[in-house]
Amino acid sequence: MCLAVPAQVVALLDDQWVETEMGGIRSRVSIALIDGVALGDYLIIHAGFAITRLDVEEAEKSLALFDEIAAHLGGPVDALRPRIP
Amino acid sequence: MRYVRGFREGAAAAALAELLEAEVDPRREYHLMEFCGGHTHAIFRYGVEDLLPGNVRLIHGPGCPVCVLAVPRLDAAIELACRSDVTLVSYGDMLRVPASRRRSLLKARAQGADVRMVYSASESLEIAAAHPDRQVVFFAIGFETTTPATAHIIREAQRLNLSNFSVYCNHVVTPAAIQSILDSPEVREWGQVRVDGFIGPSHVSAVIGSRPYEYFAEEYQRPVVIAGFEPLDVMQAIHMLVRQLNAHRSCVENQFTRGVSRDGNVKAQRLVAEVLELRPSFEWRGLGELPYSGLRIKSAYGEFDAERRFAVQVQAAPENAACQCPAIIRGVKKPTDCALFGTACTPRNPIGSCMVSAEGACAAYYKYRRGAVRAVS
Repeated sequence: MCLAVPAQVVALLDDQWVETEMGGIRSRVSIALIDGVALGDYLIIHAGFAITRLDVEEAEKSLALFDEIAAHLGGPVDALRPRIP
Repeated sequence: MRYVRGFREGAAAAALAELLEAEVDPRREYHLMEFCGGHTHAIFRYGVEDLLPGNVRLIHGPGCPVCVLAVPRLDAAIELACRSDVTLVSYGDMLRVPASRRRSLLKARAQGADVRMVYSASESLEIAAAHPDRQVVFFAIGFETTTPATAHIIREAQRLNLSNFSVYCNHVVTPAAIQSILDSPEVREWGQVRVDGFIGPSHVSAVIGSRPYEYFAEEYQRPVVIAGFEPLDVMQAIHMLVRQLNAHRSCVENQFTRGVSRDGNVKAQRLVAEVLELRPSFEWRGLGELPYSGLRIKSAYGEFDAERRFAVQVQAAPENAACQCPAIIRGVKKPTDCALFGTACTPRNPIGSCMVSAEGACAAYYKYRRGAVRAVS
């Protein structure tokens, strides 16, 4: 229920709605809960509402940290096995 | 997809596991509660537990809004749906949850009730606008992630003058549930449940910020790390918790820096405060009556309150005596401790709410740990 996904704004529809794209899937998302949304922003979307902006700089920092420790310590690339039934 | 897949990289997970192995003190155990059912599912789906040292134990918390909804409140929603003038609109998760006498919204629909499933709360406004002859009731449930959307549609209904629209409000607040876990006799006195620290929910916190958790960290001396829902997020948060516990620190740390700030989404908080208010007391499944833990619609928006419009009666209802959902929600029991788990109670034929919900602990065990299903003797 509280799951949300990051998606990028690909079109501004009006002052309350934008179109977003994630993995090829486009959806209409309400921006009633956040201000100043611009084209290209990443939003965190829950049940059709953007609840906050994704801070791309922070996300990149986290990914860089993961890359760095993976490069230093190595380890099998299939350590996480999605168990999708 | 970079900001989803990037946090599911196996090599980094293996590296984090190695860091964690080096960090843990083998002389002690670490009992960490992931509050949110979304974390429970991420942990099971990616086999995160298999990568953790043996002395790091994860306890599944009550953070599943479908699971904690008290049966009498669901019964009242079914009563509403069965009125001939009402169209009841809800999130899909709610439809199959068993209520009293094994009824459910889905069964009510099969018997002719007008029950509709939506992805977004705003669709209920569209339904109300398209059917002015029907009383459209939005059955609102959820924690703080979902609440602002409900507040928004109530305000929109007022703006659009949608007099045939109302909301049956069942929203609950996260801090009250965490406090009830920490105050429960199982944790405080009986020692049945040990919780050394919390993995905090990221999306709830995107709205409320990290500040509300500071009280628990300080008052109850339990560290809280707010974590994203991808497997690397959870593993990094566990590493951060272990480090705090090793250093005898208990503060609030934020692993999900890409979406959570200390203040949260102030606009959403203001909207909620304008439309909704805390109830003096609210019943939770498994946790009982908790003070100031649920929200209702303020009198300024009272015309959109389904409880007022239809004089909704919430009547006590007995739980299925064999169903262990209440104890599972409190973290006292595991799904496999329940005699019904995987036998009488399955996702296809659920008896308890924890088996229905996409975030329920029983559903996670059943879906990803079929081997743990106890043998029928």
